[in-house]
Amino acid sequence: MAKPLGKLHEEKVFKDPVHRYIHVRDELIWRLIGTREFQRLRRIRQLGTTYLTFHGAEHSRFSHSLGVYEITRRIIDIFQEKQTWDPEQRLLVLSAALLHDVGHGPFSHSFEKVFGVDHEEFSRDIILGNTEVNSVLLQMGEDFPKQVAEVIAKTHPDKLIVSLISSQIDADRMDYLLRDAYFTGVSYGNFDIERILRVMRPTEDGVVIKSSGMHAVEDYIMSRYQMYWQVYFHPVTRSAEVILSKILHRAKELYETGYTFKRELSHFKTLFEGNVSLEDYISLDEGVIHYYFQGWMDEEDPILSDLCIRFIDRKLFKYTEMVSFTDGHLLSAYFQEAGINPKYYLVVDSSSDLPYDFYRPGEKEERLPINLLKPNGEIRELSRESDVVEAISGKRRTDHKLYFPMDLIEGIKDESLKTKIKEILHK
Amino acid sequence: MFEDHLKVVTLIQEAGEVIGRKKLQKMVYIAKKLNFPFQEKYQFHFYGPYSEELTLKIEELCNMGYIHEVKEKVSGYSQYRYAVNEEGQKLLSTYGAEIELLGDCVRSMNEQPSRFLELVSTIMYFDKFDEDEIKEKVQTVKAKQKYTEEEMDEAFAYISNLKNRVQ
Repeated sequence: MAKPLGKLHEEKVFKDPVHRYIHVRDELIWRLIGTREFQRLRRIRQLGTTYLTFHGAEHSRFSHSLGVYEITRRIIDIFQEKQTWDPEQRLLVLSAALLHDVGHGPFSHSFEKVFGVDHEEFSRDIILGNTEVNSVLLQMGEDFPKQVAEVIAKTHPDKLIVSLISSQIDADRMDYLLRDAYFTGVSYGNFDIERILRVMRPTEDGVVIKSSGMHAVEDYIMSRYQMYWQVYFHPVTRSAEVILSKILHRAKELYETGYTFKRELSHFKTLFEGNVSLEDYISLDEGVIHYYFQGWMDEEDPILSDLCIRFIDRKLFKYTEMVSFTDGHLLSAYFQEAGINPKYYLVVDSSSDLPYDFYRPGEKEERLPINLLKPNGEIRELSRESDVVEAISGKRRTDHKLYFPMDLIEGIKDESLKTKIKEILHK
Repeated sequence: MFEDHLKVVTLIQEAGEVIGRKKLQKMVYIAKKLNFPFQEKYQFHFYGPYSEELTLKIEELCNMGYIHEVKEKVSGYSQYRYAVNEEGQKLLSTYGAEIELLGDCVRSMNEQPSRFLELVSTIMYFDKFDEDEIKEKVQTVKAKQKYTEEEMDEAFAYISNLKNRVQ
């Protein structure tokens, strides 16, 4: 085996709007960044359809991945002096931090729901399969790629390492909150990351926070809460997401019923057939998806064409607070009667459809909470010490919205039917 | 509309009452692995497979008034009980659909302790490996739980039993 990769002759830096600079000192990290699988992340937006609401949200999974790496690197620099930290694990954690999202595809969440693919499985396949990433990782040892994959899958035996990248207060969340706030232009995503990093302490079961740093963590929790409701669950973004998902459903349904598409389906064929290969998956990015959507705007199928026009030209669905089950079924029948297919044009979106969450401690052994380390060595769950966090986490809050095309409803010729639909929607 | 929510209500209805969120999480995961039509995305967490999506869905069902949640203190910690309430029963009778063979499996799982279901679901999470590798994996990722060889054999036997029930 070749000699393991060492230090670079000269430190490399990336200018970054969130962390100012991202420092790379290890040849391993530098080479991983240069792989085609990692470079592909430049072509996938971090926030999917959010750019249709917050026009600044054009940042990529590439910049987020570098940010997670940088935060992890800073945490490790602080941990180096602590006894609980094993310095031998440094490159393993940094590699996992950098590659934690490498399996994400374009508009991942919708693709996963519609096609049953799993970005985490693709992360593992990229790390363990015949890829440039794998060949770089192998230079650190035969077992190294497997270990990186285990850290990302959260099945690595070292819980501390896993918790740096995946826990209630980890490098991933800290970077995306700051980055998403910066690029969307909202002010409430900010918190004092320097302070949080200084009060993090390694333990065998994961990271704990020195209780003197509780107020900085309160800010982080508030930021997570605000970003959840103001950015991630923004109804306009969700409207675009609903349409995107319906486009994929419609195209898949047409393919399965033998419809002949005007545009050759090379990228989508294996997705529709449920046997997408790693190479097919890697070739997908947002440019490819937009190319198809633009082509499908001219398709003969009126539903596919209409949905694509709505997505590309931002003619989104309107929304209202969710109506009752009974009204929902009534609406569905009215839509059918009016010739508007409710399967594609009447959609409920719930907070549980969102791949984000805000902090709630939960039940014993339900999920790992944020723990505070008291001066006497006692460990206390955050919401038991902080009134601010308790107020947020104890409050039950969920949301459902009903999405529909108002323009199509306005176009219904039967005035009485139109009135009945509007009456339910405006209740 | 709300088809996936209805499936969760159906599962709780079949169980009668589920004590503990962890238990409910594992029951849905095991049912999903047995190919019952649950769509919630699971990831591996400290305590085994866990779905944030399911947690939120249950919260939504409580807020919509179809599931009754009782919070109680057990040795200093919060524990939750779940049952379908009267509104939920009405909902099921109007819009629900029976999930064939689910009831038998769910009632059996509900009789098991949550520590055991945690083991069963972890074994099922690693089902791409062979039995010896799974045992090694469980001992590594669940070192703190100190599962014995007997418990693991029992869990494998229980999984076979469940699979036979759905065949």
